[in-house]
Amino acid sequence: MLQDSDRIFTNLYGEHDWTLKGAQARGDWDGTAAILARGRDAIIDEMKASGLRGRGGAGFPTGLKWSFMPKTESERPHYLVINADESEPGTCKDRDIMRHDPHKLVEGALIASFAMGAHTAFIYIRGEYYNESKNLQAAIDQAYEAGLIGPNACGSGWKFDCFVHRGAGAYICGEETAMLESLEGKKGLPRLKPPFPAAVGLYGCPTTVNNVESIAVAPTILRRGAAWFSGLGRPNNAGSKIFCISGHVNKPCNVEEELGIPLRELIDRYCGGVRGGWDNLLEVIPGGSSVPLLPKSLCDDMLMDFDSLRAAKTGLGTAAVIVMDQSTDLIRAIARLSQFYKHESCGQCTPCREGTGWMMRVMYRMVQGRAEIGEIDMLDQVTRQIEGHTICALGDAAAWPIQGLIRHFRPMMEDRIAAYRASLASPIRMAAE
Amino acid sequence: MASDNTAMVEMAGGTEQIQPAHFAFDATDEAAIAMHVAKYPAGRQASAVLPLLYIAQERMRQTTGSAWLPVVAMDEVARRLDMPPIRVYEVATFYLMFNTTAIGTWHLQICTTTPCWLRGSDEVVSMCRAFTGIKGWGETSADGKFTMAEVECLGACVNAPMMQVNNDYYEDLDAASTRELLEALARGAPPPIGSMKHRQGSAPEGGPTTLTTIKA
Repeated sequence: MLQDSDRIFTNLYGEHDWTLKGAQARGDWDGTAAILARGRDAIIDEMKASGLRGRGGAGFPTGLKWSFMPKTESERPHYLVINADESEPGTCKDRDIMRHDPHKLVEGALIASFAMGAHTAFIYIRGEYYNESKNLQAAIDQAYEAGLIGPNACGSGWKFDCFVHRGAGAYICGEETAMLESLEGKKGLPRLKPPFPAAVGLYGCPTTVNNVESIAVAPTILRRGAAWFSGLGRPNNAGSKIFCISGHVNKPCNVEEELGIPLRELIDRYCGGVRGGWDNLLEVIPGGSSVPLLPKSLCDDMLMDFDSLRAAKTGLGTAAVIVMDQSTDLIRAIARLSQFYKHESCGQCTPCREGTGWMMRVMYRMVQGRAEIGEIDMLDQVTRQIEGHTICALGDAAAWPIQGLIRHFRPMMEDRIAAYRASLASPIRMAAE
Repeated sequence: MASDNTAMVEMAGGTEQIQPAHFAFDATDEAAIAMHVAKYPAGRQASAVLPLLYIAQERMRQTTGSAWLPVVAMDEVARRLDMPPIRVYEVATFYLMFNTTAIGTWHLQICTTTPCWLRGSDEVVSMCRAFTGIKGWGETSADGKFTMAEVECLGACVNAPMMQVNNDYYEDLDAASTRELLEALARGAPPPIGSMKHRQGSAPEGGPTTLTTIKA
């Protein structure tokens, strides 16, 4: 169990002053100049040694990602783009960072930009986070005024500008190349990779896109040391993480805990347990809507980290834990996710554009049971025709929840179909024949 | 301009929308536009299209009471950013937060995605329909006060169910608090934003159980 003294986000709930004064009282912006003085390579090495894996969903090592940027700046400037387009259903952690601890993000933006030779960072925040963007902009203004960022950031001689860019309601812009398109003033259509953003990103320049939480934890890691961070969590799954627990628990909440915490402990200790008790649990989606669900039998002993969840054919994703109890119409819950992906498909790739609509329509028939048994296999096959056949991962994300449903709850789908048939073959109708 | 109007009818899903003949930014807008355009490198001013569309939509809200983007406003944004108008129309129709038809005073954007649905978003939707008399999504009440929209996950899932009214989030809703919220909006007096159960942000109901030793 994580102690408060090891928690990074000490104003997660907004109980304290989020402005510069309060942030400094909690240790932000302490010795930032000295961190920068260590130099680019030392900062990147420390981040690699910390074992931090990206907090936006994919879990790619952050230090390694930073090292992909060109070592020297050409005539093309480097950019850091911070992904604050938090839109994965179940996920609401970056929101708390930006409204309650924005200085951690601004300080992290400076350090990360410096480490990658970037003089400019854009924070792309989802448009709906209007009030959060105001706090974030205020924090940036305070940092400029205090000389912490700007022409001579923290007196380091490094010029650093940080800008907030509001999105406008498109989930797809959370995909890193769609985000770059959107930043350039276009529709958010993902780009083919390669070239990767580190070579050709924003305005054709070397760019790294990082999640808010990955950037916001960097200053604390560099202050307290890689060994401290990697000492938390489990091997290859280092550190602490904000978990968002929603759905059928008694007290839904966000909480920062160590990676590898048992799922049951997370729910029982922090959320007052599953509604109706642990045995009333039906299943859990452990990492945001895009990852396959876990039936209760797998939840009992599940550890909440990248590798444990991957071994169970699902993922940590954004660590957004969506809990459903026995009262849930699970097929409808997953059908609603299919509706989400259908709505958010950008329409660029045929398998996703056509497939998400097809899957949604079949899923809503499955909710009623108005289907053939053989269509369950057909649905599963279609998800596999979409998965891996699109430019970006939205197609995969649309396929996986359905695959999880079929993998673990096929009998439920078959029963629904049988019940629908039985309702048609009612005695009254038989008598009328 | 006939071709533009034809395009707009299609954008609005076939609904006829009366297009104003004029649109102008005011002095406050001009300052905001200059601030946004300055964020991006020279020659990359198209990057400012989202901020400028927001400014235009807010100008419409302040001058007409309805936050939306008529063709003349999009054309003005295109002119400012040296973009072909069609590129601006493309952006305005791709992103959900821009309204290409007029809406009511209070834009009720109700999340019905799975995490909100699990916590009772159906109740919130039913109450909104009953209170406003609105039947379908995207429709505006007869008195012009409310427009109801179904939106996808707004990223406040541990405070579900929730809705966004214009720019502000109202969280931890149920039928009763939704009614309370709607009554307040109808009076023109929106309640304090955030949790309708007065929770401390995303902390569990009843107060935080972690960070209790943090004093500053």
